[in-house]
Amino acid sequence: MVNNLLTMKNITKEYFGNKVLNNINLEIAKGEIHALIGENGAGKSTLMNILFGMPVISSTGGYQGTIEIAGEPVHINTPHAAMAHGIGMVHQEFMLIPGFTITENIKLNREITKENIVSRIFGKQYESLDINKMNADARTALDKMEMGIEEFTLVAGLPVGHMQFIEIAREIDKTGLKILVFDEPTAVLTESETQNLLSAIKKLATSGIGIIFISHRLDEIMQVSDRVTILRDGELVVTMNTKDTNTHEIAQLMIGRKVSFERNETKNRTLSNDTMLKLKNFVVRMPGEDVKGVDLEVKKGEIVGIGGLAGQGKLGIANGIMGIYPAKGEVLFEGKPLKMNDPKGSITAGLGFVSEDRRGIGLLLESSIELNTVFTCMQIKNSFLKRVGPIKFKDTKKIRAHTKRMIKELDIRCTSSEQRVGSLSGGNQQKVCLARALTQEPKLLLVSEPTRGIDVGAKRLVLDHMKKLNEEQGITIVMTSSELAELRSICDRIAIICDGKVEGILPPDASDADFGLMMSGSKRTNTEQGAIHNV
Amino acid sequence: MSESVAERHTADASAKKIGLPTIIIGIFFLIVLIAALIIRLPMPVLISDLLRRFGMNGLLVLAMVPSIQSGTGPNFALPIGIVCGLLTIVSGIEFGLVGIWLILFACIAGTALAIAAGYLYGKLLNSIKGAEMMIATYTGFSIVALMSLVWLMVPFASKKMGWLMGTGLRETIQLDAVGADSIINKFLMFTIFGIKVPTGLLLVFFVFCILMWLFFKTKTGIAIMAGGINPRYAQASGLNTDKYRIIANIISTVLAALGIILFSQSYGYAQLYLAPLNMAFPAVAAILIGGATASRASVSNVIIGVFLFQGLLTTSMPVANQLFIGTDLSEIIRMVIQNGIILYALTQVKGVAKQ
Repeated sequence: MVNNLLTMKNITKEYFGNKVLNNINLEIAKGEIHALIGENGAGKSTLMNILFGMPVISSTGGYQGTIEIAGEPVHINTPHAAMAHGIGMVHQEFMLIPGFTITENIKLNREITKENIVSRIFGKQYESLDINKMNADARTALDKMEMGIEEFTLVAGLPVGHMQFIEIAREIDKTGLKILVFDEPTAVLTESETQNLLSAIKKLATSGIGIIFISHRLDEIMQVSDRVTILRDGELVVTMNTKDTNTHEIAQLMIGRKVSFERNETKNRTLSNDTMLKLKNFVVRMPGEDVKGVDLEVKKGEIVGIGGLAGQGKLGIANGIMGIYPAKGEVLFEGKPLKMNDPKGSITAGLGFVSEDRRGIGLLLESSIELNTVFTCMQIKNSFLKRVGPIKFKDTKKIRAHTKRMIKELDIRCTSSEQRVGSLSGGNQQKVCLARALTQEPKLLLVSEPTRGIDVGAKRLVLDHMKKLNEEQGITIVMTSSELAELRSICDRIAIICDGKVEGILPPDASDADFGLMMSGSKRTNTEQGAIHNV
Repeated sequence: MSESVAERHTADASAKKIGLPTIIIGIFFLIVLIAALIIRLPMPVLISDLLRRFGMNGLLVLAMVPSIQSGTGPNFALPIGIVCGLLTIVSGIEFGLVGIWLILFACIAGTALAIAAGYLYGKLLNSIKGAEMMIATYTGFSIVALMSLVWLMVPFASKKMGWLMGTGLRETIQLDAVGADSIINKFLMFTIFGIKVPTGLLLVFFVFCILMWLFFKTKTGIAIMAGGINPRYAQASGLNTDKYRIIANIISTVLAALGIILFSQSYGYAQLYLAPLNMAFPAVAAILIGGATASRASVSNVIIGVFLFQGLLTTSMPVANQLFIGTDLSEIIRMVIQNGIILYALTQVKGVAKQ
């Protein structure tokens, strides 16, 4: 294409020898709406951080490749430089000051000033604000967005949809704005607000601004974008015209065929029809992972996977059941209602939990493998203790024997059972977490992100072991993971969580496209859209 | 991210094992000791003094262990327990008790009082999580001020404690008048190479050290420790961390009460009014010198810390007096070391409060 506003050529970025972006090419034309799409960790944010000259890029060794703006090669190494080049960004979290008016927010640090007596003596710092001019500028920006709201209203108390528009107005107001990046702008908006935003974005594009639109909502992308670029695992999969594709294809390309874990069919599975765990209208308030009314049923002896994109609420479910984050709704465990917000009750009932926050709540890093393994069991079930009169001492001999058995069973690589857990590798720490949960002899094991931050070999071992537990000891497992391949390798059914609710439940051998569509919440609209594009 | 955190953790841990303050103070102690030898100070006297101060301060420092382990930081509110102990001593005297009966009464009643006070104090700490050390310091100060009023107004009639005229208790109450001066120190006391060994005093201290060590091997002790290191971990394991913080602070307060009784009998005086005001600081400094941090402490930290801190104080005083005649340098040195160590330790505080 000629007249490219922005050209990013052969962008490669490594974090500590780990390639997160590999030879990415991106071109934005004048007035184009370019959608950027990919799973979590595909490299979208890294690419945008490079474009914005975020400090995190330069402090980790910079990047390779060139960036050209309107044909001129530029080197952007600070956000300030990015702004000077006419790049603007609308953030997902609003960066607005609630106690300021709309005008003040729009003009923050770019205030229009006029001279006064003091400033003539003491300099420009003391000039007073030209409120009228500022208001007029803000008005123009707001009008461009077709926003009727008064520019002197305080930001505090405005609906989120309006805040989003003020963010955009602030970017528009900057003179020389050439490229505007929207980072998941619709994540917090209601449906009608989303529609308003999308039409505003279209209007902006017609004024000649190049727009990069990051979203995982495929239907929105189909609706507004001219072209779409798909990233997967740091690679550019394809850039194509939106009108030549459909949500189905995009979803498939986004998930792709990763190096998957082989799924070995199993023997001796005792799948029963008894319900082990039942969630009814289950709500959890976990910051960033809110669960907004989940209904889910887990059968005895089953391995159920919970998948979905980050921030959609999949992690909140297990945390809510274990009482770690405030929850409400109904949880039936073996037919009996489970008390909410009571970790002790959940543990006593026979639930084991391997937390996704290994270092935060999963382990005592400064303590030994022994203590980590038996701690919960000792405290809740009074095992591994010996009584001397009324006093309960820890039974070191018993603890050591048990831990040694666990170390052997789970193949934990360590120098001794007294080694500090903090000095173990990630994979072995995860195994200690598993050992702790298993020591409680749970009937149902909740495992969250069991392979986060551990290497491929260790991942395989952890997954195999969970499968073995399920087959040999009949432990029911609910596994939450961001890695679909992992879920598909061992689960019997996979529930996909989107926007705090179960979007759907799929068998592990469902197609990539089905998973992709569900994860992006486009399942409902899929049929009509697919139909149109396939005609 | 997580891996670099792990590395930092390991680096921190190994640095703490050696313990910068321990090394510095240890070297300083050695230098002063050599200086004492050079200027020919009477060693047996110095060592006798060191042993006595080691024993009499020991319990007050030991009181830091449970509070630090439970995650509420060093117990800057030590004066709470101290005034409990003092109150029972003066009450015992008022009731006409003497000798070992006075000490026994003070210990038993002091424990009961300290349990109640520690419980309330623990409740207070649970409602101000994140600012424990600051609140503790001022709680300690306030209680001392409050008790100053009590000492003045308490209607005790014993001649051994009153002013020559007017009402209220004296600032220092001599314990030899009631036969309780050094009564524990003298138990099985013997002299070897001219060194007086206060067997009873040391025995009491070591017995409590062993009890404390054993306590952290019990179910409750382990729960307190886990709650201190990682409260979210403990909560996820179904523990009521608030309860364990209260238990820990009760134990700490009781030890402070018993500690001041042990201290007073060895010192020969019960010091009222403003004396308890700054008693928390040397105790905090001692345990930190022993290698404890504001979030981890052990019995060995107590023993090493008290030995080094009190050792340095006992030896530096005569040495400084010899070297700089006519100045009160040793007191200044004490203040510099004590507050310097506390300052150093507080800059190292992390994690506990922020969680």
